[in-house]
Amino acid sequence: MFKQKFSVMLALAAIGCLIPGCKRADRGVRVEGSDTMVNLAQAWAEKYHADRPDISIQVLGGGTGVGITSMIDGNCDLATASRKMEAKEIQRVKERRGCDAIEHLAGYDALAVYVHKDNPLDTISLEQLAEIYGDGGKIDKWSQLGIDGKTLGTDEITRVSRQNSSGTYAYFREAVLGKKRDYKNGAVEQTGSKDVVALVAHTPGAIGYSGMGYKEPGVKMLKIAKKKGEPGVEPTVATAKNNTYPITRPLLIYSAGEPTGKIKDFLDWIHSSGGQKVVLELGYVPIGDHE
Amino acid sequence: MNKSVFAAKIRRFFRALHGLLQIALDFTEPVMELLIRLCGWSAIVFVFAIFLFVFKEAAPVMFGGMNYTEFFTSINWRPTSVVNPQYGILALIVGTLSVTGLAMLLAVPLGLGAAVYISEFTTGKYKEALKVLIELLAPIPSVVWGFIGYMLIGPIIIKLTGAPVGVNLLNGGITLGLMSVPIIVSVAEDALRAVPDSYREAALSFGASRWETVYRVLFPAAKNGLLAAVLLGIGRAIGETMAVLMVTGHAIKIPHSLLDPVRTLTATIAAELGEAVEGDVHYRMLFVIGLVLFAMTFAINLTADFVVKGIRSEKT
Repeated sequence: MFKQKFSVMLALAAIGCLIPGCKRADRGVRVEGSDTMVNLAQAWAEKYHADRPDISIQVLGGGTGVGITSMIDGNCDLATASRKMEAKEIQRVKERRGCDAIEHLAGYDALAVYVHKDNPLDTISLEQLAEIYGDGGKIDKWSQLGIDGKTLGTDEITRVSRQNSSGTYAYFREAVLGKKRDYKNGAVEQTGSKDVVALVAHTPGAIGYSGMGYKEPGVKMLKIAKKKGEPGVEPTVATAKNNTYPITRPLLIYSAGEPTGKIKDFLDWIHSSGGQKVVLELGYVPIGDHE
Repeated sequence: MNKSVFAAKIRRFFRALHGLLQIALDFTEPVMELLIRLCGWSAIVFVFAIFLFVFKEAAPVMFGGMNYTEFFTSINWRPTSVVNPQYGILALIVGTLSVTGLAMLLAVPLGLGAAVYISEFTTGKYKEALKVLIELLAPIPSVVWGFIGYMLIGPIIIKLTGAPVGVNLLNGGITLGLMSVPIIVSVAEDALRAVPDSYREAALSFGASRWETVYRVLFPAAKNGLLAAVLLGIGRAIGETMAVLMVTGHAIKIPHSLLDPVRTLTATIAAELGEAVEGDVHYRMLFVIGLVLFAMTFAINLTADFVVKGIRSEKT
């Protein structure tokens, strides 16, 4: 009797496993996009899964452009973005998905400028950065910044940048070079936020930009001055919060149409104190505190 | 009596089996022939299908107002510029050619030298061990080579030359060269081994030294095979993507020295295709770059074909 019941239960369980097995793909929430936000999104997913074990969040990186393309094609529910969506992309969401792309603010990130840890430079101004990175810019030697190249082994500034489709690349261009200026050719381009910092750590004469959450032992973050001669501001959660640090950008999440159901729950949780605590823990700036 | 009936039955059984096998064999022959023919044709079909696919994606910009002068003569590759998107690939072509050229400068002497050594100067177990070791190098994934270039060769270059950055043309050339050596060695060694021993004996009987034998007799005799080895090496180097993306620095720049970072055509496609908006000009331009790569490899193979044919007609 018991055996019979048991086997029936087993069979039911087996069928039960099979049926949600097919549905599992749409039971979770698929998040894809910004390479800057991939660590953050993963931390959200883990914390959220601990609160709501019935819902799994799948996180993929690849870049802001990849995430948005993926959302346009319907391959992910939420696209994380370290830049605003372009008009062209919004148009494509309308065409393909039949709804508007909705923007959700999730926090802020201070974009840090990194140099090798042995570099004596301490502060750099936005104008100097623009002269280093911008097309037609005149600074390409450390001596032009008042640094003796001998301590670095080279006088040449090695510019480390991101690949041209990255959200960080676009934001740095907008914030530092100005909307109408392009990058100078010849920068060493890396395909990830972490790779930029790793290369700067390996290269004494290098300078690079990346999210401040990616700091590692071999590098140093520079203080940024809005104008030459003004005091530099260190990138910290506090300076990003009170808006004194000049290169702070919003961390965004896009959905195709107003989110509903589990996607809405997840976004609401990100905006709640639980989700915002994760933002702070990873070195980013929570929304509520930004003035 | 019983026994002989049984024996007859068995005989009949085997005869039937034999007949069946015969029929099966008769069938196998044409079926196998067809399968083999299909395999041969499929290679051609695949090449054409790939070409058509790349061409289809590239065509709308190629016949829709693409600026060819800018494409081939400008060094400004700025596909995501807000103000003025530019699509010049001159620096990328120079990057690909310089990295491949440097890699071959290192890999051809090293590879051919190693092949001559293994084929002519070693014997027995030592020879077999060397061959196995070199063949073990060939399947190392390119990401691993990339890591070696990035973590190991880069810092050494900085230390020895005082270069500002370790990921550069030299690093790319060394890494790609090392990647191509195993292929060159194993094909070249086969080519040298295919030269009949009577050639060597004849050379030695004329009093030629070992080096003279190699240089004057074996090299001319194995010319086609050696050329094939070098071409396979070039093919490996020109098409390599992952490792060059990691070790060349990926900087848009016409190199003035070995220590300048460069950027190749393949790495550009790899880094940008994933994020380019499908159907966009940037996306299509990357496919045009694919066609340029196609044309380059085609030209190399064609030249090689002519060279080989030239050698053949010289002989006859």
